[in-house]
Amino acid sequence: MLTVNKLNTFYGRAHILRDVSLDISKGEAVALLGRNGAGKSTTMKSIMGLLKPASGLVEFEGKTISGLKSYHISRLGIGYVPEERRVFAGLSVLENFAVGKQKPRQGGMEQTPENLFKLFPNLESMKDRPASQMSGGEQQMLTIARTLMGNPKLLLLDEPSEGLAPLIVEEMARTILQLKSTGITLILSEQNLRFANLIADKAYIIEKGEIRYKGTMDDLNNNAEVRDAYLTL
Amino acid sequence: MSIYAVQFLIGLSDASVLFLTASGLSIIFGVSRIVNFSHGSFYMLGAYIGYSLIGDSDNPLIFWGGLFLAAVVTGLVGVLVEIVLLRRLYHVPELFQLIATFGVILVIQDLTFMIWGAEDLLGPRAPGLTGSIELLGALVPSYDIALIVLSPLVLVGIWLLFYKTRWGALVRAATEDREMVAALGVNQNLLFTGVFFLGCFLAGLGGAAQLPKGGANLLMDFGIIAEVFVVVVVGGMGSIWGAYIAAIIISELNAFGILFLPESSLVMMFLAMAVILIARPWGLFGKSESMEHKPPSEREDLTISGRKLPWNWGWLLLIAVLLVIPWFQIDFVMTLVIEMVLLSFFAATLHFIMGPGGMVSFGHALFFGGGSYAVALFVNYLQLPMSVLLIAGPAVTMVFALLVGWFCVRLSGVYFAMLTLAFAQLAWSVVFQWDSVTGGDDGIIGVWPTGPAEDKIVFYYLVITLTSLSLYVIRRVISSPFGFALRACRDSSLRSRAIGIDVRKIQWIAFTISGFMAGLAGSLYVYSKGSIFPTEMAIPRSFDALIMLLLGGVQSPVGPIIGGSVYTFLIDYITRFDYWRLLLGIMIMLLIVLFPRGISGIFSSGIIQRIKLLGQSE
Ligand SMILES: Nc1ncnc2c1ncn2[C@@H]1O[C@H](COP(=O)(O)OP(=O)(O)OP(=O)(O)O)[C@@H](O)[C@H]1O
Ligand SMILES: [Mg+2]
Repeated sequence: MLTVNKLNTFYGRAHILRDVSLDISKGEAVALLGRNGAGKSTTMKSIMGLLKPASGLVEFEGKTISGLKSYHISRLGIGYVPEERRVFAGLSVLENFAVGKQKPRQGGMEQTPENLFKLFPNLESMKDRPASQMSGGEQQMLTIARTLMGNPKLLLLDEPSEGLAPLIVEEMARTILQLKSTGITLILSEQNLRFANLIADKAYIIEKGEIRYKGTMDDLNNNAEVRDAYLTL
Repeated sequence: MSIYAVQFLIGLSDASVLFLTASGLSIIFGVSRIVNFSHGSFYMLGAYIGYSLIGDSDNPLIFWGGLFLAAVVTGLVGVLVEIVLLRRLYHVPELFQLIATFGVILVIQDLTFMIWGAEDLLGPRAPGLTGSIELLGALVPSYDIALIVLSPLVLVGIWLLFYKTRWGALVRAATEDREMVAALGVNQNLLFTGVFFLGCFLAGLGGAAQLPKGGANLLMDFGIIAEVFVVVVVGGMGSIWGAYIAAIIISELNAFGILFLPESSLVMMFLAMAVILIARPWGLFGKSESMEHKPPSEREDLTISGRKLPWNWGWLLLIAVLLVIPWFQIDFVMTLVIEMVLLSFFAATLHFIMGPGGMVSFGHALFFGGGSYAVALFVNYLQLPMSVLLIAGPAVTMVFALLVGWFCVRLSGVYFAMLTLAFAQLAWSVVFQWDSVTGGDDGIIGVWPTGPAEDKIVFYYLVITLTSLSLYVIRRVISSPFGFALRACRDSSLRSRAIGIDVRKIQWIAFTISGFMAGLAGSLYVYSKGSIFPTEMAIPRSFDALIMLLLGGVQSPVGPIIGGSVYTFLIDYITRFDYWRLLLGIMIMLLIVLFPRGISGIFSSGIIQRIKLLGQSE
C-alpha cells in the first residue's frame, strides 16, 4: 500500500533521514520505533509532504506521491495525526471536525461526527467547546477524530500516547485497536515497546535517521540485543 | 454642544471607512502572515474604480451597485496580485514579502495615474442621500449616517462568515496552524486567494464608500496606510472587533483633534496609540506575536554570521577608489558618488538594527529625514555653521530615537515594524502640515556647507571620512560584547533575559545609536543637496533603505554598501523615464520572485544539500 524508497531529508544543512525505506501492506499495523530525535516525526512529515525530501520516492497504492503538496496527499487517503496534538485551539470540536472533513473517495465510506462520537464518547458532551478548554487526552482524541473525518485509508499516528496518563493510554490503545478492526492501515510512531505491542504487527526501528531493524513484533520482543541497542524501556 | 455632536457623528462615519479598510488588512495578515503594505493601494483603486462605474448617475441602484462592484473588482485585482506574486512568497522572509508589496504600491500608483490621470477626482453624490438630517439639534449629512450604519452591517457579515460557515472555520484554523490545515487536505492556495480577495474587497469597499466624502486622488494610498496600520496595531493584529473599536477611537480623536489642534491633529492619534500600546503591547484584542518559535531556517536571511570576518582588502580598495575620484574633477560623478555613499550609510544604519538587532524598522527615514530637517531648520532660523550642525543634527535625531525607541522596543516583529512606520508618518505629517515653520510641501532650500567644506572636493572628502568612520564604529560595536548581547536578544529574548541581559535596554541603545548615525547621514545629505523636502521623511524613503538591504543581502556587512550603491545608481538612471515607478515596481517584484532568498541566497542550503547527496552516492 505504501512504499518508501531511500528517502533523504534535510533540515537546512542537517542531514536527518538517510536512505529510509519502508514497506507497508494494506490492513497492517506497523510501529516505527526509535528514541527521542531518531527521526520518526521527520519520516512521517516527509511522507505527508510537509517536508520536502531531497531524494527518494514515496508510493501510495501504486502512485508516486513524493513531490505532491500535502493537501493532495491527504486527499489521496493518507491521514496524519501529528505529535503534540496541534488541535485548532480556538475552534470547537465540531469546527475541528469540519476542517478535517473531506468528500468520500469513490466507493469509500463517509465519516460523520455521529460515528466518531461512538468511537470517542468523551467528545460528544463537549462538541461545542473550544479545543483550548480540553484536557491533553481529550485533545489527543480530537486530533485523531479530526483526521478520521477525511476518511483515510492509511493513518499515520505520531506518538499518540505521548504525555498521557496510563489510564488514558489504555483507552487510547483500545480506540486504536477498534480503528484497526475497521480495516484501516496504521503506521504508529513510538519510543517504547509497550504501547506498540498492544497494537502493531510489524516494526521498524529507526536510529539517527537510518532504519536499523525490520521484523515482526514477536521477533523484536525476542531479540533483546536489538531492543537494548535502540529502544528505551 | 451641537458642533460636538456633529463632529462625533462625522468621526463615526470616518471610522466606518477606516474600519472597512483596516479589517481587510487584519484578515489578510491573520491568515497569510503577510503584512500587505499595498493595502492602501487597493483602497485607492476601489475609489477610482467606483468613480468610473458610478459616473454621475443618480440612480440609487447604480450607486450602491457600483460601490459593491468596485469592491468586487478591487478584490479580483487582489486575487491577481496574490496568484502572480504573493503565492510564491509565503515561505520567504518577511522583509521580502514586504518589499514585494511595496513593489505593488509603485505599480498600482503608476497604473492609476496612466488610467485616470493626475487630477483629483470629485466623487459622485449618493442619490437620495445628498441632504442633511437633523440629529441632536445639529445637521448631519445623510451620507455620513449611511456610512455609520454600513460598518456594523459589514462587521456582522464578516462575523457570520467566519463563525458560521465551514470556510470561516478553515480560515480560523489556518490562522492558527497552516501546516496542519494542509495536512488535513485543505488546498491552502485556494484558501489564501479567497482571504486575499476578501481583504482587498473590503479595502476597495472602503475606498469606494468614501467617494462622496473625499473623491479619489493619487495620494490616497500612502494617505491611509499609516492610519490603517495604527488601527490594526491598536486593535490587535487579526482581530476584527479590535479593528472596529480602534477605528472608532482613532477617528474620533481625529475628528475632535481638528477642533482643538488643527495644525497637528494626527499627533493625538499617535499619542493615543502610544498610551494603548504601553498598557497592552499586543493591542486591545490581540494575542502575543512572538518570533521565538520560528525554526532558525526561516530567519536565516535576517541573521548575520557570528564569525569574525578577516580584515577585508575589498574595503581598502573601495576606500582607495573613492579617494581617487575627485582627481578627475567630474562634477556629476562626485555628486552621484556622494549620494551613493550617503544612502549606503543610511542603509547601513538600518542594517545595524535589522541584521544583528533583528528589529525590522519600516520608518527609518524618520531619522534620516529628521537629521536633514534639523540641520535645515537650524540653518534657516539660527544660521549656525556646519561644524556645529553636524553634531547638532544627529543629536536631535538621537533624542528622537530615544523617544521612539522607548516605545518600539516594548514590541517585536510586525508590531515593532508598524510602530516605527507610524512614528515616521507622524513626523512626516508634522513636517508636512506645519507650513509656517517647515515650509510644508515647499521644503527648505539654501542649505549649503559652510567653512572649508564650501569647496566641493573638501565636502566630498568630509563625506567619505565621516561615513567610513561611522561604518567602522558600527562594525566595532557589532563585534563588541554589546554586539553579542544584541544578537543574543535577537535570537532568543527569553533566553537572553534568563541569563540576565536587559533585552529592552540593549535594543533601546542599539536603536538610539542607529538613529544617531542615520541622523548624521541625513545631515550630510541635506548639505549635499542644498535643500530638503518632506519626501525625505516619507514612507518611500524608508523603503529605499529596505530595498538596498534586500539588494545587497542582509547577512553580509558589506550588503548595505553594495545595495546602496547599486540602488542609488539605478534610481538615478530610471527616474528619467515617465513611468519609472511602474518599472521599478516590476523590477522589485521580479527580483524577489526570481531570487526569493536574496541575491546572497543563491548559495543557499538547497544547493548544498544536493551537492552533499551527490558526494555520498559516488
Ligand atoms: N525544525 C527542525 N530544525 C532542525 N532540526 C530539526 C527540526 N526538527 C527536528 N530536527 C532534528 O531532526 C532529528 C529528528 O527529529 P524527529 O522530530 O524526527 O525525531 P523523533 O524521532 O520524532 O523524536 P521524538 O521522539 O522526540 O518526537 C533530531 O535530531 C532533531 O534535532
Ligand atoms: Mg517526534
